[in-house]
Amino acid sequence: MDVIVWSRIQFAMTAAYHWLFVPLTLGLALVMAIMETIYVVKKDEFWKKTAQFWVKLFAINFAVGIATGIILEFEFGTNWSNYSWFVGDMFGAPLAIEGILAFFMEATFFAVMFFGWEKVSKRFHLASTWLTGIGASISAYWILVANGWMQNPVGTTFNPETVRSEMASAQAFWEVISNPVAVSKFFHAITSGWVTGGVFVVGISCWYLLKNRQRKFARASILIGSIVGIVGSFAVMLSGDASGVHAAEFQPMKLAAAEGLKDGGRRAAFTIVPGVRIPGMLSILATHDIDGYVPGINDILNGYTDNEGNEIPSVAEKMAMGRKALVALSLYRSTDDPSEKAEARYALEENVQYMGYGHLEKPEDVIPPVGIVFWAFRFMIGLGMLMLLELLVVGWLAWKDKLTGKRWLMIAALVCIPLVYICGQSGWIVAEVGRQPWTIQGLLPVNVAISSLSAGAVKTTFFLFLAIFTLFLVIEIRILIGAIKKGPETSNE
Amino acid sequence: MKSFKDTMTAVWHFYRDGFRNMTWGRPLVWLILLKVVILFAILRVFFFKPALAGLDDEQRSRVVGERLVAPTPATQENAASASDTYNL
Repeated sequence: MDVIVWSRIQFAMTAAYHWLFVPLTLGLALVMAIMETIYVVKKDEFWKKTAQFWVKLFAINFAVGIATGIILEFEFGTNWSNYSWFVGDMFGAPLAIEGILAFFMEATFFAVMFFGWEKVSKRFHLASTWLTGIGASISAYWILVANGWMQNPVGTTFNPETVRSEMASAQAFWEVISNPVAVSKFFHAITSGWVTGGVFVVGISCWYLLKNRQRKFARASILIGSIVGIVGSFAVMLSGDASGVHAAEFQPMKLAAAEGLKDGGRRAAFTIVPGVRIPGMLSILATHDIDGYVPGINDILNGYTDNEGNEIPSVAEKMAMGRKALVALSLYRSTDDPSEKAEARYALEENVQYMGYGHLEKPEDVIPPVGIVFWAFRFMIGLGMLMLLELLVVGWLAWKDKLTGKRWLMIAALVCIPLVYICGQSGWIVAEVGRQPWTIQGLLPVNVAISSLSAGAVKTTFFLFLAIFTLFLVIEIRILIGAIKKGPETSNE
Repeated sequence: MKSFKDTMTAVWHFYRDGFRNMTWGRPLVWLILLKVVILFAILRVFFFKPALAGLDDEQRSRVVGERLVAPTPATQENAASASDTYNL
């Protein structure tokens, strides 16, 4: 394997590892904040002890997950230096805001939440618990602004002098932070975290019921966890719907790959699994119109007319325009003649939106690995529906106090914990593998974004990370299991 | 009203006492410190040197610009026709 493949695998592993901790942080933050609110409102010590137990698990997850995202920034500088320079201006602002917010907001309020149970007033402590979760969510927003820009690069202008994408005005910054792809990704990621938190809380609580321990605590936790998870599930569906529409608009190849759609059309069918299709459903999901046109892989390769009547060029035409942009860029940077420079700049600006296509060797290079994206999409949706079913059934039975004796259901709830992680990781595989070969949609493919490195150097750090990540994950799971076995300090009724 | 110094002292005591009185949280703090050392003192220093480190902004623009316009076999083949189209 070459350096690009190794660098991509390394980045994927680091991002996937980071995403093991983030959703549980987001989800547990909401669960424990709700529990503590009930404690403050009802003045019932039971809810304080219940909240304290989940704060403990939150803290363990937080401690192991902390700084795992920093490694991604190391990789940007070392493995993806051309990309880092190209996006510098655009990435610098959101990531700096994220860093400052993460440090000051999360660290400050987390410390009050962690140390302050008996030292600050109940209301201040409650506010700190909420603000810990809100801070984590706001941090996520800035990261997803950066990610959303890579999927739909709005608000920036390519500067041939600096070779960077730059935000020229406050208006441009607003366009970047209100990028519809970033907004829908944010809600999708946050609410999927609620599902993860809900499934985790319900699963662990079912373990206590299986062991016939902490029954009151477990039932109360199941109720809160299932409500958070169910609300999260429906919100995930809504934000997922928006993500689908945005993919159809800004990244039609990703949608075509996720559907394995070779030839598109109007009233396009949605494939549940190969051979089982719902006529017209893909058009509804992608365009909110059963007669909406959804392009397939071949249509994108050959060019098509979109739903607004725009003629979308074929990939070969985009490649030709991309090469014109690159030739113009080359001339702009090499000539001192003002008229040649002006002409080159004009040619560059005319074609810059397809500049990345100029690096492709053949039109088929724009097709991502269809099998991976297709099946990851089905795992995400299938497991997401399973999570909702589990939360509805277990939550309902807990509400009616009829969970006793239903061991199979409690075991199923425990099994759902790893499944909810597979669900979340599958979603990211769809989002990121589905946009290959681009690091920045249409502007910069991975083979140009990469640094001049040897595959051996990346391989070394890949296996180093693998060892370190595995070690930390084992430590986390051991500490978590230890804390769960010890249990909450509520009475064992 | 508390002075700034009193507030800072109270914050310092809050954190100090919090860390001192930790029970199950203590290993977590050691875990975070260990991780930070591994990340910044080992990985960052020995394995993750930024590829464009030591260059000023102009040099970075030049290096990345050269990579962007570096001809691949396919772009070489098509550069002539693009050049003709724009009379470049």
